[in-house]
Amino acid sequence: MSQLRILVGCKRVIDYAVKVRVNQTKTGVETANVKHSLNPFDEIAVEEAVQLKERLSGRISEIIAVTCGPPKSQEVLRTALAMGADRAIHVEVKEEVILQPLGVAKLLKTIVEKERPDLVILGKQAIDDDANQTGQILAGLLNWPQGTFASKLEIDNEAVKVTREVDGGMETISTKLPLIVTTDLRLNVPKFVTLPNIMKAKRKPINVIKADDLKVDITPRLETLSVTDPPTRLGGAKVESVDELISKLKTVGALD
Amino acid sequence: MFTLQPSRFGSLRKTATLTARTLLLRGYATTQDISTLLLVEHKDNTVAPSTLNALTAATKLGGTVSALVAGGNPDPIASTISKLSGVSKVFVAKDNLYEHGLPELYAPLLAAAQKKFNFTHLVASHSAFGKNILPRVAALLDVAPISDVIEIESPDTFFRPIYAGNAIAKVKSNDHIKIITVRGTAFPPISSSQGEVTIEAAPDAEKSVLTTWVSEELQKSDRPELGSATKVVSGGRALKSRENFDKLVYGLADALGAAVGGSRAAVDSNYCDNALQVGQTGKVVAPELYLAVGISGAIQHIAGMKDSKVIAAINSDPEAPIFQISDFGLVTDLFTAVPELIEKLKKSK
Repeated sequence: MSQLRILVGCKRVIDYAVKVRVNQTKTGVETANVKHSLNPFDEIAVEEAVQLKERLSGRISEIIAVTCGPPKSQEVLRTALAMGADRAIHVEVKEEVILQPLGVAKLLKTIVEKERPDLVILGKQAIDDDANQTGQILAGLLNWPQGTFASKLEIDNEAVKVTREVDGGMETISTKLPLIVTTDLRLNVPKFVTLPNIMKAKRKPINVIKADDLKVDITPRLETLSVTDPPTRLGGAKVESVDELISKLKTVGALD
Repeated sequence: MFTLQPSRFGSLRKTATLTARTLLLRGYATTQDISTLLLVEHKDNTVAPSTLNALTAATKLGGTVSALVAGGNPDPIASTISKLSGVSKVFVAKDNLYEHGLPELYAPLLAAAQKKFNFTHLVASHSAFGKNILPRVAALLDVAPISDVIEIESPDTFFRPIYAGNAIAKVKSNDHIKIITVRGTAFPPISSSQGEVTIEAAPDAEKSVLTTWVSEELQKSDRPELGSATKVVSGGRALKSRENFDKLVYGLADALGAAVGGSRAAVDSNYCDNALQVGQTGKVVAPELYLAVGISGAIQHIAGMKDSKVIAAINSDPEAPIFQISDFGLVTDLFTAVPELIEKLKKSK
């Protein structure tokens, strides 16, 4: 049985608990002095790679974490390394460069061609743009199979079974490595990262590659013309009893 | 009944009616320059409800709308689709390989159709089916896909939610082909009909089998489907057990003729099935009535239901965030209130 290499995609995003605010110029959201962290779905991706290493003892030769972004993005690679990735790659762009899923997928494709992983695990969506595209685009560019919204991953030699969350419930597909998987919420629960692991991670290597050197066209195809608040929903009215609730619902026709 | 939903953005935009002049200004010579292919989702000889909403969105682009139906036995669906208002032509790809919507097979099919007929727009619902397939097509055609579109301002400008719907982005695509998935709840379903239009075979496409479908475990129910129901009763962690969830949430849903939903916490605690999860990364619903029982209202849950017409909430915590967006909030113990509500609703029938 051959050894497998896993590549895991990581994105630095505004932390999920932060209440985002549209900026003054209505061109984006406030990011200055706002807590950022590893995209929750990417955390699940890293955890899955680490758990696969345990489940398929001896078969996973290394877990490589990769991020595409400005210098600050390295923080999430440190998180991935603390969670159990062996080394990391930072595809670095300048702070003002806008990266969109098509561009990121093209960058990841060159990394895949260099590192030759057998399995690429990405989060199904980033909680900032909520695009849910990068994994599918990468699979299309590589002509690899894709197991998206995965809630269970079983690898037996080169054969893989992916159970996916779909609209009516779940479906299972059968495919082979090499494969792109995108993670859904219930794939696993990331373990709490211990301080010794955070310290160990400082010694794990991060290789920085300038995106320009990869000779990939990452020009954004989409222009964000504006970012605005959603329509405000006025709520807050209270009722005092079940009777009043029924009566009010009837009045607005909600029970018809 | 066909109803037009009012504009959600009031002063922020005009209604998306395209006049010839608007199109001229935006660089399209005529509406004839716009040609859309709609990917039809279907199962068990029934068109997926969200495809009818996606069809409305497709018609808002102006120009012609062709539909693509693929599957082992697509002819009955093709016939149904051809009679829906707004469809100019139906393409059919008949092959057992097209059962189950595998993206490795659908993407080359859509790319082949686009290359042959030069569609300017490819549209599908932002359902699990649509969002799995369309970005892969975008890769093959080297364009940037746009997901979860909630409003179409013009053939190249779209509104979409970001940060779990806490902000709305207006984006313009500079690609020569626009590939978009649309949020079903943001567009009314097409409900009017027309005489049947031409149905012809879709172009041949590469069929390399990278993946095979094994099985599915779907929620089978006589209840209304969560994604398209007019009323939803949703339960949260406060239900404390699956037995309570079944008795109270399902019980209340039955009394109202409603679909059943759940918060992430309820699903993770195994009080209900994952297919019922309402939220940023679960289902986005916008029913006439959303009744949240024992749900605190985390940002990610709100993202999945805040476009509901009427929101009511029952929760014992007066500070629960759900009350900030509910039209009617009842602060009380759900274990006494819900049985009372069920009984009184049944009596008033």
